[in-house]
Amino acid sequence: MTALATTAVLELQGVSTRFGQILVHHDLNLRVDAGQIVGLLGESGSGKTTLLREMLGLWRPSAGLIRLFGSDLLAGGHLEQQAIRRRLGMLFQQGALFSALSVFDNIAFPLRELKCLDEDWIRRLVLLKLDMVEMMPVHASLMPAELSGGMVKRVALARALALEPELLLLDEPTAGLDPDRSQNFVELVASLQQSLGLTVVMVSHDLNTIAGLATHVAILAEKRIIAFGKKEEVMHLDHPFVAGFFSKERHKLL
Amino acid sequence: MSAPPSLQLEPGKVVLTGTWTLAALQAQLPALPRDLEFAARNTPAWDLSQVERLDSAAAILLWRTWGESWPAQLTLPEALRETLNRVAKLSVEVPTSTEKARSPWEIPGRLVLAGASELRGVIALFGQLLLDLGHLLRHPADVPWREFGANVYKAGALALPVTAMVGFLIGVTISYLSSLQLRSFGADIFIVNILGVSIIRELGPVLVAILVAGRSGSAMTAQIGVMRVTEELDALSTMGISRTIRVVLPKVAGLTVAMPLLVLWASAAALLGGMLAALLQLDLSLAYFFDNLPRAVPLANLLIGLGKGLVFGFIIALIACHFGLRVKPNTESLAANTTTSVVTGITLVIIFDAVFAIMTRHIGVPNL
Ligand SMILES: Nc1ncnc2c1ncn2[C@@H]1O[C@H](COP(=O)(O)OP(=O)(O)OP(=O)(O)O)[C@@H](O)[C@H]1O
Ligand SMILES: [Mg+2]
Repeated sequence: MTALATTAVLELQGVSTRFGQILVHHDLNLRVDAGQIVGLLGESGSGKTTLLREMLGLWRPSAGLIRLFGSDLLAGGHLEQQAIRRRLGMLFQQGALFSALSVFDNIAFPLRELKCLDEDWIRRLVLLKLDMVEMMPVHASLMPAELSGGMVKRVALARALALEPELLLLDEPTAGLDPDRSQNFVELVASLQQSLGLTVVMVSHDLNTIAGLATHVAILAEKRIIAFGKKEEVMHLDHPFVAGFFSKERHKLL
Repeated sequence: MSAPPSLQLEPGKVVLTGTWTLAALQAQLPALPRDLEFAARNTPAWDLSQVERLDSAAAILLWRTWGESWPAQLTLPEALRETLNRVAKLSVEVPTSTEKARSPWEIPGRLVLAGASELRGVIALFGQLLLDLGHLLRHPADVPWREFGANVYKAGALALPVTAMVGFLIGVTISYLSSLQLRSFGADIFIVNILGVSIIRELGPVLVAILVAGRSGSAMTAQIGVMRVTEELDALSTMGISRTIRVVLPKVAGLTVAMPLLVLWASAAALLGGMLAALLQLDLSLAYFFDNLPRAVPLANLLIGLGKGLVFGFIIALIACHFGLRVKPNTESLAANTTTSVVTGITLVIIFDAVFAIMTRHIGVPNL
C-alpha cells in the first residue's frame, strides 16, 4: 500500500465550468485519498451534480484538470477510459436505469459486458446485490417503470455496486428512502468500505447520512470548495452555509 | 499494485493469498476456477488468513467451489466473514414465471387479439375526439388555437420544401418515361392526360401521405410517447387540462387541414416537373400544356385528390396519436410504437386509396 497511498484517487485542479453566461465552478480544487468517504455539500443548484459528471468524464470542464486514479480520464483513448471507468461506480440522482431492461438485467448488464463471467455466477452476483440493497428476488423481474422512487434508487445503487468499484460516486443516495432504509444504506456502505477499502464521494442533503457515513466533508459554495477536511473540523467553520446546514441538528446528531 | 489472487497447495490445506476482487480475478479467469475445483476435490481445509481483500464476486466463486457449503476446516479472518456470510445466506432460486406450452394457434390468435385491441383503441380515440368537438362547440373559448396553428406550421409549412422537391422529381421521371413510350406510338399529346390524371388524382395524395406519415406521423407518436414516459401527460391531467383536447385534437385537426394544401402544392410541383420534362423531351410547349390540362383532366379529379388528402391526413394523425398514447414507459416500447405508427399509417393510406379508387371509378374520367 505504499505507492498507492500517495496518489490521490481523485484530484481536481483549477476546475472551472461555464454554461453559457453562468459560471458554475471557478478555480475549484479537491483531492480525495483512498479510503475516504467524502460528503459533498452545497446549496441546491451550486453545481454538485455537474461536478460529479465532470469527475466521470461525462462533461468536460471549461478549464482545469481532473485526475482519476492518477491519470487524466479524457486524455486517454477508448480502452484506457474503459479501464478507468470499470473501477468506479456512479449512482445518478434520477437513477438512470435502462428503461427497456428488467431490474435483473439492469444489474447484470455491466457484468455481462465483462464477457468473462458465466450466467450462474452473474445470477448469484445480481441476487446478492439486490439482497444488499434490500430488494426481494421477486422484484428482479420488474421493469424500472414498475418501481417506486426509493426502489429505483436502490436498484441503481445495486447496479453501481455490480462491478465492485474502488471509487463510488453517489448523487443523493438516500433522498427518497425511508429512515430505516437510509440507516441500512449507511451501514451497507460503511461495511463495504471496511471490507473493500472503497473510496466514496457522495452528494447528500441528509444530515443523518452525512453524520453516519462521511469521514470527510467538502463544502461547495461561492463556486469552489471553500472547505475540505474531517467532518468535525468543517462543521464548526464560520460560513453562512455551513452554519445553516449544521446549526439546529448538530448537537442532537453528532 | 497489490498481489494477484493465487492459491498454494500446502500439505493438508489450501492457502489463498492476494487480493480476491473481480478486477483482479478477471485476468486469471479460466485457469483459477479450475485450480480451485481441483483443490476442493482433494483438500477439505482452507486457509484464507492471508487474503488481503475479498469482494462478493470472489466470495461467490469460492462458495461455488465449496459446493455451496462451508468446508470442513476453514481459517477465516473476521474482516472477510461478513462477505462470505452474505453469499452463504443468499437463496439462489429466482421465482420463475410459469410459462405454459405454446400451441401453434397461439401466435395468430394473439396477433388477431392485438389487432382487435388496437382497432378498439383507435375507435375509442375517435369517439373521444367527437365528444371533445361537441365540448368545444359549447365552449369556444377552450379551442386550442395556438396548438392548432403550431401543428399546421410544423406538419404543413415546414414540409413544403421536401414535398415540392420529391413531387417535382417524380413529375420529371413519369413524364420522361411516358414520353418515351408515347413517342413510339406518335401519341405525344396524350402526355397531358397521363400526367394530369395520374398526378392530380393518384400520385400527389399518396406521395404526400407517405412523406407526411414518415415525417409528421413519427414525430407525433414520439412526442406523445415521450410525454407519457416523462409523465407530462399526467401533469396536464392534474391541471385539469384534457390531453385529447390539448394534445391529440390539435394534431389531428392540424394535419387534416394541412394535408390537402400539401397535396395541392406537391401536385403542382409534380406537374411543373412533368411539363418541363415534356418540353425538353417532346418539344411540347408550356402554353399547349396549360391550354389542354383543364380539358384533359376534369375538375372532379382535383376534388378527389384534395378529398384523399383530407382523409389521409386524418388517418395518419389519428393513428400516430393512438400509438403515441400506447407507449409504455420504456425506450423499447417508444421505438416499437413509432415504427408501428408509421407502418400502420402508410398501410391504411394505401388501403383507403384502393377504396377511393373503387368508389370513384365513374367520376372524373375524361370522355375522349
Ligand atoms: N446542461 C446544462 N446546461 C446549462 N446549465 C446547466 C446544465 N447543467 C446544469 N446547469 C446549471 O448548473 C447549475 C448547477 O447544476 P447542478 O445540477 O450541478 O446542481 P446541484 O448542485 O446538483 O443541485 P441539486 O442539489 O438541486 O441537485 C445550475 O444552475 C444549473 O442550472
Ligand atoms: Mg444535483
